[in-house]
Amino acid sequence: MDKILRIDMGAKGGPKASLELIGKYAGLGGRGLTSVMVADEVEPTCHPLGASNKLVFAPGLLSGTPATTSSRLSVGCKSPLTGGIKESNSGGQGAAVMAKLGYAAMILEGRPAGNDLWKIILGKDGVSFETCNELRMLGNYDSVAKLIARHGEKCAFLTIGPAGEMKLGAATIAVTDRELRPTRHCGRGGVGAVMGSKNVKAIVLQEEGTSYAKPKDPDKFKEAAKAFAEGLKRHPVSGQGLPSFGTNVLTNVLNEAGAYPTRNFSTGQFEGASKISGETLAALETSRGGEATHGCQRGCVIQCSGIFNTKEGDFLTKQPEYETVWSHGGHCGIDDLDVIAQLDRLDDDIGLDTIEVGVAVGVAMEGGLLPFGDGAGAIRLVKEVGQGTPMGRIIGSGAGITGKAFGVERVPVVKNQALPAYDPRGVQGIGVTYATTPMGADHTAGYAIATNILKVGGYVDPLSTDGQVELSRNLQIATAAIDSTGMCLFIAFPVLDQPETFQGLLDLLNSFYGLSLTGDDVTALGKKVLSAERDFNRRAGFTAQDDRLPEFFMKEMLPPHQITFNVKDAELDKLFNW
Amino acid sequence: MQLTVKLFATFREGRFEVTQLDRPEGSTLGDLLDSLAIPRDELGILLVRGRHADLGNRPGEGDTVSIFPKVGGG
Repeated sequence: MDKILRIDMGAKGGPKASLELIGKYAGLGGRGLTSVMVADEVEPTCHPLGASNKLVFAPGLLSGTPATTSSRLSVGCKSPLTGGIKESNSGGQGAAVMAKLGYAAMILEGRPAGNDLWKIILGKDGVSFETCNELRMLGNYDSVAKLIARHGEKCAFLTIGPAGEMKLGAATIAVTDRELRPTRHCGRGGVGAVMGSKNVKAIVLQEEGTSYAKPKDPDKFKEAAKAFAEGLKRHPVSGQGLPSFGTNVLTNVLNEAGAYPTRNFSTGQFEGASKISGETLAALETSRGGEATHGCQRGCVIQCSGIFNTKEGDFLTKQPEYETVWSHGGHCGIDDLDVIAQLDRLDDDIGLDTIEVGVAVGVAMEGGLLPFGDGAGAIRLVKEVGQGTPMGRIIGSGAGITGKAFGVERVPVVKNQALPAYDPRGVQGIGVTYATTPMGADHTAGYAIATNILKVGGYVDPLSTDGQVELSRNLQIATAAIDSTGMCLFIAFPVLDQPETFQGLLDLLNSFYGLSLTGDDVTALGKKVLSAERDFNRRAGFTAQDDRLPEFFMKEMLPPHQITFNVKDAELDKLFNW
Repeated sequence: MQLTVKLFATFREGRFEVTQLDRPEGSTLGDLLDSLAIPRDELGILLVRGRHADLGNRPGEGDTVSIFPKVGGG
């Protein structure tokens, strides 16, 4: 995994590829590699949809190995949504195949002069290009079906839907799962729009003839992989809670804690929460012959996903995540899991970030376009995004633009990216992460919910400001490092609580690469990644004023705890002082 | 004293989702867990009126108590 594939999409006569060795980027993978490369190579003031932006795909350091939950795919670029650096990562099979093909990264550069849509095919014999205008404006499901017919089933596919082709701010890059369904997404920040701007509709990753990369010390690696997997299975969150109920177990947790953002962040509890909770969802999936426990990639021992069938028992979509159930559910006052699942399917097919588009629909509800609770109206609006109507393009451009179009004051965005499913007034630590992460509002960047609400990795009172900046700082550093390994972020629950499982992660890296990393080296890696990202944003024009929550969080009390976001600006500005 | 007690995830198995319970004045949340045969070491999140509480805390008349095993997501 030491090759970097550079593709000039703007070359005369069609795309041109060149190979280089990883060189100065050695030791980096996943988010570490995409962010350092983007910070190094992309002009921070460029237009995100222009020829100067680059789109970097990188498996993690441990992707494509037999280690469990190790194959998240990172995509990096300058974001058309935030105007800052972006890394968005996804599960599915993409990273494993790309790593097994020997690629540490693939960089898409330039922009074709014509309108042809392109398909990039990576296989054991190298890279080739084909036009694929027959896929134009097809949804991800139909695109993947046609790609399977042409390239067979021994592939992973990365595709964009109509949202990416229209270059909308909420556009994703879909990654196929074990069943070759486009259900996994590099979701946030409009990375699909950047792929669309380069006229790339699909990337075909052919697994035929590949094998696992060889660890430097195979015996130690095998031993470490076993101990690590056992650690994940032993922890109650990764071993029991996530497999049984999925991430949506959080609906009841956040609702009971009074931090569940309801009807566009107007209150902290939703009367319909129990109807869309993880407990209800798991029971419904099972009763319809779906599955409440399902992995998005081969070899995952956590298996936090599931299969959601229609009333008739036919596959509709994968188990919607907590954030999706929230954005299309409580945020919009919708308490119907069938409506939410249909929206999840539409998002996956059109290629939309469920958080961004769900929040945009709720903001439009606040603006009077449709009433809160109007499930049929929400479905109609998301369909309009896929059809490319003027209204659909507004919604598909995200919550910030939708708020402006409808004259809404309460627009929950940071750096123009929509806040996810945790109210920063009820969970002050996550507010610090939303405000300061270089990504724009992103819960995964420093998941303070663990410590503020779930009591994993210690406990910091969610309603107090004490200790929140330090908590978010430590989590942001750890997350930037984990995102570089290819590991799913859910390993953080056992890693935070079980020192031997953290050691297991180090043992995996050390035995695979022949290194002797310690915890300090992991911290240093996380800081290096964050520093590169912060530096890019600074050069793109971001200042301390961009590290702030919207004003209403400091002015409007959130029921039931009647609290505002109280962490002072001067404290937020200390987050990156280390 | 009257309490509204809510159970979640695996704690519901063989018990209930939500119920009203009459508990002795001055009894602790730990006593409540014991009375429900919920092993204390399986407890993840314990909320009284939406705020985190400890097993030694004594809830008051009319309080809502929410009890979760160790769960997470994100």
